[in-house]
Amino acid sequence: MSILIYAESAEGKFRKVAFELASYAKKVAETLGTTVTAVTINTADVSELSKYGVDKVLKVTNDKLAGFSSKAYADVIKQAAQKEGAKLILLSSTTDSIYLSPLVAVSLEAGFASNVVGLPVSTEPFQVRRNAFSSKAFNITEISTEVKIIGLAKNSYGVFENNSTLTTEDFNPTIGENDFGIKVESVEKVSGKVSIADADIVVSGGRGLKGPENWGMLEDLAEVLGAATACSKPVSDLDWRPHSEHVGQTGKPVSSNLYVAIGISGAIQHIAGINSSKVKLVINTDPEAPFFKVADYGVVGDAFDVVPRLTEKLKAFKASHS
Amino acid sequence: MKILVCISHVPDTTSKINFTNGDSQFDANGVQFVINPNDEYGLTRAIWFQEQQAATVTVANVGGPETEPTLRKALAIGANDAIRVNANPTDSFFVAKQLAEVIKNGTYDIIIAGKESLDYNGGMVPGMIAGILGYNFLNACTDLVIDGTNVKAIREIDGGRETVSTTLPIIIGGQKGLVEEKDLRIPNMRGIMTARTKTLTVVEPVDAPINTKAVKFEKPAPKSAVKLVSADNLDELINLLHNEAKVI
Repeated sequence: MSILIYAESAEGKFRKVAFELASYAKKVAETLGTTVTAVTINTADVSELSKYGVDKVLKVTNDKLAGFSSKAYADVIKQAAQKEGAKLILLSSTTDSIYLSPLVAVSLEAGFASNVVGLPVSTEPFQVRRNAFSSKAFNITEISTEVKIIGLAKNSYGVFENNSTLTTEDFNPTIGENDFGIKVESVEKVSGKVSIADADIVVSGGRGLKGPENWGMLEDLAEVLGAATACSKPVSDLDWRPHSEHVGQTGKPVSSNLYVAIGISGAIQHIAGINSSKVKLVINTDPEAPFFKVADYGVVGDAFDVVPRLTEKLKAFKASHS
Repeated sequence: MKILVCISHVPDTTSKINFTNGDSQFDANGVQFVINPNDEYGLTRAIWFQEQQAATVTVANVGGPETEPTLRKALAIGANDAIRVNANPTDSFFVAKQLAEVIKNGTYDIIIAGKESLDYNGGMVPGMIAGILGYNFLNACTDLVIDGTNVKAIREIDGGRETVSTTLPIIIGGQKGLVEEKDLRIPNMRGIMTARTKTLTVVEPVDAPINTKAVKFEKPAPKSAVKLVSADNLDELINLLHNEAKVI
């Protein structure tokens, strides 16, 4: 019985969460005295997984799976788990994995704990720590079924190198026609730009930026940091930025290493969505802005003055540290 | 067209989060409960279908009698009737199993549940209902158009969006975008009055295995105060981010 992970890729390359999941799985496998198997879907080169402790890859290559289908992908993971006799399955918290995880859980009659942070609290009984109440508390959950599924919260463990000898096996699960009840008609995706879900750093702007025409300086800062851009709810409500950039309680959750909030006062609903980011930097003219209470670093100042100067200084810093 | 909207009864975002009973239970004392925001977007879209496409809208919740004011609020917003499954919502699979039973007994065309609840942030219930019933399922749905039995919808994906087509019946993991915040409705006096006489059926739960259980809650360690850096000393900020926080 190995531990099974679904190593997710995008455009044929592994996403960072795949390496985080592999690192986590390796650590748990060491505790349990077992090995790590990864299932991959349409990823041509899987060798990179050997850097993070994966022992075996079940490699699925199938044109029918070229586009994402939650049901078909869940079916692949289920069959991989059955083939390996996996008693513990680890899934990530990307939009796609969150979508398919409950389907896998029901089909395997497995107890499923999502939003897990850190290693299991104990393995006997099996207990994990989960984010709850918008990161205002943790919930220790016990999973009592024979097959267990953990949904690992993004960026909650980290990526650790751990070389292993990888064996690769082609795997041909049965894909049923009724796995495609939802047909994807079109995908709109900004290419060449890091998404909020994948980004280590997120640079976010609020109403303090005064209008969509001022987003250039924020994009410049994001570019030098290799960051994704995001915005507060009022900004997306005003259509200054697309809804897909809205982060907060009713928008996308952010759990990056660094969250930079520019001209965002820090309404409680906004904080709820970004609170699991590790380090928060707030730039705001108002020293009384509530965001400073939850920030790690703060600059009281005008974004129009601070941000361009910060970008220039970071450019110089990056140049001297690369 | 029959729509079921699943409603979670959750503490308002501004609530103080505390626990009792040796940190094993959420302390509801003095807490204001609301319709889970992701569910409210779904409910408002359902009411739109009721007004524009003659849908009937039922709301359902798994919870004790204390959750009825939240269901009454949904009725005041415009839902036709309500169902409460009289059970403590112990874990996601238990809740999904109860709702699946309600759905089997009611033959709904569209089931909308928020993609995540504000309290346990599990995000599992709509997918688990879909897994149990084998219905078509779309999560993180930001637009939903129904034409006869044909469905056109948009799903939010990492870094963009995806347009999909499918057929009824369907389970939707709802969120903002189904309607915009400005479209959300505050119950008016007439709605509140009529809600009092609308049917709220209480049903008893079916058996479901206990797969997971919350054994304890913890609060994060208190945060240290913000380090303020002068706007004239951005080099120091970069130094802190690099050497202290180690994030750049």
